[in-house]
Amino acid sequence: MKAIIRTENLRKTYGMGEIQVHALDGVNIEIQQGEFVAVMGPSGSGKSTLMNIIGCLDRPTAGKYFLAGQDVSDLDKVQLARIRNQQIGFIFQSFNLLSRTSALRNVMLPLIYQRPGSLSIEEREAKALAALEAVGLGDRADHDPNELSGGQRQRVAIARALVNDPILIMADEPTGNLDTRTGQEIMTVLQNLHGRGRTIVMVTHEPNIAEITERTITLVDGKVHQERILSALEAV
Amino acid sequence: MTTQQEITSVNLIKPNISHPVDVESYGIISPAEIMRIAWEGVARNKVRSLLTMLGVIIGVGAVIIMIAISAGTEATISEQIEGLGSNLVFIQAGFGRGGPGGNNNDPTLIYDDVELVAGVNGVVGTAVEQQTTQTIKSDSTTLTDVPLVGTTPDFPSVRDVDISQGRFFNETELERKSKLAILSHGIAQELFGDENPIGQSITVGTTKLTVIGVAAERGIVGNTDFDSLVYAPITLVFDRFLPAQFARFAGDRVRIIYAEIEEEADMENVITQIQLRLAGTKDVAVEELPFTIQTQNDIIETEGATTEAFRNLLAWVAGVSLLVGGIGIMNIMLVSVTERTREIGIRQSVGATPNDIRLQFLTEAILLSLVGGLIGIAVGVIGGILFGQTSDMRTVIVPESIFLAFGSAAAVGIFFGFFPANKAAQLDPIEALRYE
Repeated sequence: MKAIIRTENLRKTYGMGEIQVHALDGVNIEIQQGEFVAVMGPSGSGKSTLMNIIGCLDRPTAGKYFLAGQDVSDLDKVQLARIRNQQIGFIFQSFNLLSRTSALRNVMLPLIYQRPGSLSIEEREAKALAALEAVGLGDRADHDPNELSGGQRQRVAIARALVNDPILIMADEPTGNLDTRTGQEIMTVLQNLHGRGRTIVMVTHEPNIAEITERTITLVDGKVHQERILSALEAV
Repeated sequence: MTTQQEITSVNLIKPNISHPVDVESYGIISPAEIMRIAWEGVARNKVRSLLTMLGVIIGVGAVIIMIAISAGTEATISEQIEGLGSNLVFIQAGFGRGGPGGNNNDPTLIYDDVELVAGVNGVVGTAVEQQTTQTIKSDSTTLTDVPLVGTTPDFPSVRDVDISQGRFFNETELERKSKLAILSHGIAQELFGDENPIGQSITVGTTKLTVIGVAAERGIVGNTDFDSLVYAPITLVFDRFLPAQFARFAGDRVRIIYAEIEEEADMENVITQIQLRLAGTKDVAVEELPFTIQTQNDIIETEGATTEAFRNLLAWVAGVSLLVGGIGIMNIMLVSVTERTREIGIRQSVGATPNDIRLQFLTEAILLSLVGGLIGIAVGVIGGILFGQTSDMRTVIVPESIFLAFGSAAAVGIFFGFFPANKAAQLDPIEALRYE
């Protein structure tokens, strides 16, 4: 197994001068390819900050972050955008789909920002449609988000996260805006992706959702507080 | 569960993580995509987009109409230059010290002065003009306030007036104060319609005159509407319509003396000669002569200067409205960037670079101004033509003005679109995604 995520003494400090907030205070984690990991912690524990750095939306103040072995801690905005485009898929609590834009166009979005020469429009559409079919929404490709239910919207978002064939899927409270039943449906989709060998890191505050994963990292005050690793026995 | 079956039925290739991402792969996304994204942005708020474009539409339309009007005016002036001949000198009374009419003690321009002017070397023809306003009647029609021009037989040749029917009066008729009239085209139409005016009688004031000629259509030249005049021998006009108490001693006043100068003659020299002679007979110094002596060119230049001032004013108006249009675009784009912060965050999260975002909003601004520009061109061309047809002003649509207007619209879009686009590009993805 190769480590998809490896952090070394990761630090993020906000504020200048006298008052400094250490959102991350020396975090060392390693997540292997194919793992399904939940990140938990009370608000202010630094889990959002960790997500932003792991998701290459932000850079650490100090420490190192290796994504699939590549040091991405010191990349600039443009380089981070490239990494997000090609290696990371995001699933958000509030879906974050473009309104008045069809499901298909939404799913195609990451492909649009690939550099030219990679895919033709037809190839992009075919790929986006395949991703929509993978989440069971092939027949809803032409629908706008406001014509879809919450669960369907989140599945469009999952299709968008998959379309670029990322090495890492970041899910930020993916069931937070959904009722229990729909939430379970989405978790099933994520579990299936995990079963297909996807690496998924999910932030959640719901213990029963976290339990579905095989490993939970709990943060408190910017430090890793506790790790629960599902043993092979428990998994049965 | 159905979802599970669907998932497993699609072959999602296991990601290949052996090759790190080439983070240096710069370049822009496909232009067709950029256009599509920008078009979606414009089309999403149709009414707002149209209102935003309004400034540019008005600006571009104004540029085209403005240029059409000044081109029309220039064409008219150049026709006047050709139509009048440039070798004409105007000697006008007044306009010296004390303004028009001058001082009562100032010497006046009188009928006898024409002899002096005609005697100058290089002067090949002269005409005199004195005007009065009269009521003119035919059997069926009465016209009030018609300018009656008293003049001399050479007037048609000196002032380039063609006689389309009948003839002008001659020297003998001038001396005899014959009761004759030559109608301009417009007056003949109004008095007699389709009837032949030649030989008809008209009553001017209380005097009956016989119509012996009609002047061809001429239009407005300078300040004179040549189509609404009636010409008569100046001697008759002095006698019947402008009796001067002291004419016997002081001579009959005239408004203007025209002198046609020989082609090869030195204009300056001829003017000096005329001034010297007039100064001699009026017994004043040349510098104190209260007459305006202008050449045709002087008059055309004055008019040209007026046109230029007019054109400059219009250019400013057009420029300012384009500027206002551009500010309108910037304003709306700034609102749009704020409104669509979330969208920007989403695009950034899936890999849009600051340049991609900048290009998207810049393209949108340019699209707004170019579509506005195209509508403005239509408005300008149609408006220019309609304006020319419905007003006294002549308009000529200049093809270059269309390119100029379109170019300015594009420049406005780029210039005023850049700031909002830059603002969008600099948004932080985390902040943008959190924006409600």
